[in-house]
Amino acid sequence: MLAILRKELADYVTSIRFLASFLLVIVVSVTGLVAASQGIRSANLPEGIVFLGLFTTSGTVIPSLTYLVSLLIPIIGIALGFDAINSERAGGTLSRVLAQPVFRDSVINGKFLAGVVTLSIMVGTMLLLVGGYGLSMIGVPPTPEEIIRLFFYFFMTIVYGAFWMGLAILFSIVFRRVAASLLFSLALWLFFSIFILLIAPGIANALAPAGDGTEAELMRNFEVQQMVTRFSPNILFQEATTVLLVPLVRSLGMVTSSQATYMVANPLSLGQSILIVWPHIVGLISLSAVCFAMSYVLFMRQEIRAT
Amino acid sequence: MSDTLAIEANELTKRYDGVTVVDHLSLQVRENEVFGLLGPNGAGKTTTILMMLGLTEPASGSVSVLGFNPTREPLKVKRQAGYLPERVGFYENLTARENLRFIADLNGIDYAEANRRADEVLAKVGLTESEIMEKVGPNRNIEKTVGKYSRGMKQRLGIAEVLIKRPSLVFLDEPTAGLDPKGINQLLDLIEGLPKMGTTVVLSSHQLYQVQRVCHNIGILAKGKMVIQGAIDKLGREALAGGRFRIEVETEEPSEKLIKVLRGIKGVVDLEVRENMLIISADADLRREVSKAIVQHNFPLIQMKVQEFSLDDIYMKYFREE
Repeated sequence: MLAILRKELADYVTSIRFLASFLLVIVVSVTGLVAASQGIRSANLPEGIVFLGLFTTSGTVIPSLTYLVSLLIPIIGIALGFDAINSERAGGTLSRVLAQPVFRDSVINGKFLAGVVTLSIMVGTMLLLVGGYGLSMIGVPPTPEEIIRLFFYFFMTIVYGAFWMGLAILFSIVFRRVAASLLFSLALWLFFSIFILLIAPGIANALAPAGDGTEAELMRNFEVQQMVTRFSPNILFQEATTVLLVPLVRSLGMVTSSQATYMVANPLSLGQSILIVWPHIVGLISLSAVCFAMSYVLFMRQEIRAT
Repeated sequence: MSDTLAIEANELTKRYDGVTVVDHLSLQVRENEVFGLLGPNGAGKTTTILMMLGLTEPASGSVSVLGFNPTREPLKVKRQAGYLPERVGFYENLTARENLRFIADLNGIDYAEANRRADEVLAKVGLTESEIMEKVGPNRNIEKTVGKYSRGMKQRLGIAEVLIKRPSLVFLDEPTAGLDPKGINQLLDLIEGLPKMGTTVVLSSHQLYQVQRVCHNIGILAKGKMVIQGAIDKLGREALAGGRFRIEVETEEPSEKLIKVLRGIKGVVDLEVRENMLIISADADLRREVSKAIVQHNFPLIQMKVQEFSLDDIYMKYFREE
């Protein structure tokens, strides 16, 4: 497996695709920094979470780094995985590699791992770039808790990227043509990041109409809507990272004004933040695992045919 | 050639989606021989090879390759057996040496040794430095990526890649496909030399003329069944029981009488008339007798050809019967 991991990594790192993705990473980092430089002063963050503001504050028109990352990471994940298996099959290299004394699963494990390593390099670069330049910009060093939160964010981003890569690899096993696997991956990404937001209110109105506008009805309507959107890994990721990086967010559900008056407006501790998004974290990890497991099983059972 | 069997298959069967591709196929390949697996396209040659390598599982039957069961112990088989697929593909963005090093890496050969072996096998298949390098500047040469290779070079690189693990058995699937005559000859010379180095060769092809000169034994496959198996000369005698020689004579409007006379010549087994052509099967080269008979009966002898049996005739005979 190490041999395949080495080769795949070398391939990724020298490919045009990697260069393009890396350019994107740099553009996103710079944009995120500009956004932070515009917005961090007016955000007026309490002491102890200022450094995290570099990643989460949006500028006057420019969205925050975390939002950009939630858009960018799926694209990179798909770019890393969409032709993993079918291009080898089309190029005639798959049967040659499988004729060597390697277990069949080391091919797919090696590819997946190489992708995860590549993703880690990109996300790591981005966080360090923004962290470094941001530090010299705002002059407030991160607290240990902020660093731990950033590590969680780093980990979640990798898991999220691995989900999209796993999905793209799955499609590359199912479809013989590279174009088909790319289109299907992109279509799913579009659906989960945009269309689900458009159809969620419709579904909510059908299932739990808020005709009279009572508090209970509105609550119910909102909950259904939230439930529908949470089928999307994109929404899961956005919610999870928002809570992890903005300790001021105390709840993801609806808070009535009567409840809000009893809330103390101070940042949550790390443990409490994690508690809120624990289901999100588990959900995302299991989605990635399921995607990879499906690819694994399909690939192991696929016939190496004569034609 | 030794008497130890490198491959022994018994009643091997494979079905894809209900279609039987390989049907109760049995074959034996001895160590250090070149075995030709022949048959038309779609006869099940590649599937048979894939089963022997453990890349696909037989539906029933058993096969033993170098003493191992490839379905149960594929890695042990693959460690010693090389495989050149029909449509040989390389990582086109890598150079020949990089491709070879990757395969060596998969076989657990360390970097320095892989480099040594790469040079060795490249020389063996006749890929010279001038072929694998390209000029990028006045005094700068770099190795070409495989994407820029010609079909013949890729085929030779494919053989090099098979040899880098120093296999005791190689499967070559249609190795001559798409090569020019010169390339085919180079390749066949190379294959011919392999048994001397202790490598058994199983070679699949539908190009009989090409492979007949290197194969010791052949098996002919049709519709997944082994039609006949054995040494070439023995097969020839059996298949062309009608006679080893085939004489074609062109004359003008041969009469019944002439035909009768020709049939009467000692050694003539069969005679077929196709307009002005007479096709005579005989046990011996009877050109002298035939021409004499024709001239004596005042028929013009326009042309005459003699042909000894070839593998092709054996092949055609079996496929006509199908």
